[in-house]
Amino acid sequence: MTEQVIIAGFGGQGIMSIGQMLTYAGMIEDKNVSWLPSYGPEMRGGTANCNVTVSDDMVGSPIVTEASAVLVLNKPSLDKFESFVREKGLLIVNSSLIDKKTTRNDIRTYYIPANEIAAELGNDKIANMVMLGAYIELTKVVAVDSVLEALKKVLGESKAGLIPINRQALERGAACVN
Amino acid sequence: MAKVLMKGNEAIAEAAIQAGCKYFFGYPITPQNEIPAYMAKKLPQIGGTFLQAESEVAAINMVYGAAGTGARVMTSSSGPGISLKQEGISYIAGADLPCVIVNIVRSGPGLGGIQPAQSDYFQTVKGGGHGDYYMVVYAPATIQEAVDVTMEAFDVADQYRTPVTILGDGMLGQMMEPVEFKQPKKRTLEEKSWATTGYIGDRPRNIINSLYIVPSMLEDTIRKRFERYEVIKKEETKVEVYNCEDAQIIIAAYGTTSRICRSVIEAAEEIGIKVGLIRPITVWPFPDQAFEEYANKDAVKAFLAVEMSMGQMVEDVRLAVNGRKPVHFTGRTGGMVPTPKEILDKIKIILEEVN
Repeated sequence: MTEQVIIAGFGGQGIMSIGQMLTYAGMIEDKNVSWLPSYGPEMRGGTANCNVTVSDDMVGSPIVTEASAVLVLNKPSLDKFESFVREKGLLIVNSSLIDKKTTRNDIRTYYIPANEIAAELGNDKIANMVMLGAYIELTKVVAVDSVLEALKKVLGESKAGLIPINRQALERGAACVN
Repeated sequence: MAKVLMKGNEAIAEAAIQAGCKYFFGYPITPQNEIPAYMAKKLPQIGGTFLQAESEVAAINMVYGAAGTGARVMTSSSGPGISLKQEGISYIAGADLPCVIVNIVRSGPGLGGIQPAQSDYFQTVKGGGHGDYYMVVYAPATIQEAVDVTMEAFDVADQYRTPVTILGDGMLGQMMEPVEFKQPKKRTLEEKSWATTGYIGDRPRNIINSLYIVPSMLEDTIRKRFERYEVIKKEETKVEVYNCEDAQIIIAAYGTTSRICRSVIEAAEEIGIKVGLIRPITVWPFPDQAFEEYANKDAVKAFLAVEMSMGQMVEDVRLAVNGRKPVHFTGRTGGMVPTPKEILDKIKIILEEVN
């Protein structure tokens, strides 16, 4: 199993965070992982993306050029990364912010109203976790519990109260693709 | 100790601290800023000193001073900043002082760009400063290896009284991977009897100096230094040879580029092309022997150097192969990263030519 994922959106959507959470969860499960962020002046207010690899084997190139999955949270990211999905790969689109449909028919595409779901749950910031929930459900790359364990470590004691809503977000995302 | 998920830059900084580095002098530049940031936070907590100097020139001279007292000291920068530090590095080499320098390479020349590159190879390996000197240069490919070689670098610097460089790139600095901090194999290190720790009359005065007006004296010190270099070549050369048995094409690549090449090897295998990889872990001393060995094998048709530059290490590959087999080059520059497909296409072209 080797999952090579691109996650993209704009700064502030928690793009880097869910990438790290996925990487951390992979590490908890003793898989080989890497997380590579885009860095540079384009990040401020612009687009942000990261490449994540989770694999049973050693991670070769940490750069993802032919992605097994692409998660896009805003429209510029769909335009930029749609072509990176490999044949039969997975494209997960945040339909709350992207009204466009994919032009490709050689891949599997899912549209998730991530911001609407986050708003229903009462926290706009967790649209990213809804997207991650859908992706994990479709690939089973890591267990939801591993993501929550990773989240506990990243959030620390003081923010442990945020775990339940994150679990809900992951579950709602998963429910969208079932 | 359990594995932790860390950014390359932070992992290098933590490794330095665990290796006993107490002093850090630097000046900010992307893409290595997490190193000074980590040092600024951690060093005061362990009784060390972090200082952001007024310039790179000042920072390297602070390193020179601290190294002269025998302290474990480090600086880090990226291309343009390392250029400014060259005068100081030459003095440190000329005064036989140990220190560790980290270069998280960005693209050049000039201010260039901030994306990953390997275009500082010549500067680092062929002596960016003036005079007859080399320094040990580690080129790690993973964050774990960056940690391991950084810890070892302090021992090697002390043992041979030489500056040691960790040659990374923006990708290695910015990415995250799981790492484990393990102390390197214990070396027997001599006491630093040469250090300028304050003269109180109980030993001869120690003087840190790189100026020798009498040519014969300067020649003697340089020759002695080069005798040490011979020992370093013998004892400290590190290389990874991967999948080279029966390989038709052998890729030469170091650092993060070598990881892209590993992906190429898998893709080549799928279409029936046998590709191997020789990955220098030290780029100085360069692992000549590994190249010599495979240059003599009949199965090997050609070598291919892959770099994030217009071709710099390829010259060392040519010297090592010494005309026995063709040596090709492919690479991207300016902050662009070669894709596995580009490299595989080049391999196919080379094979067509030789068949």
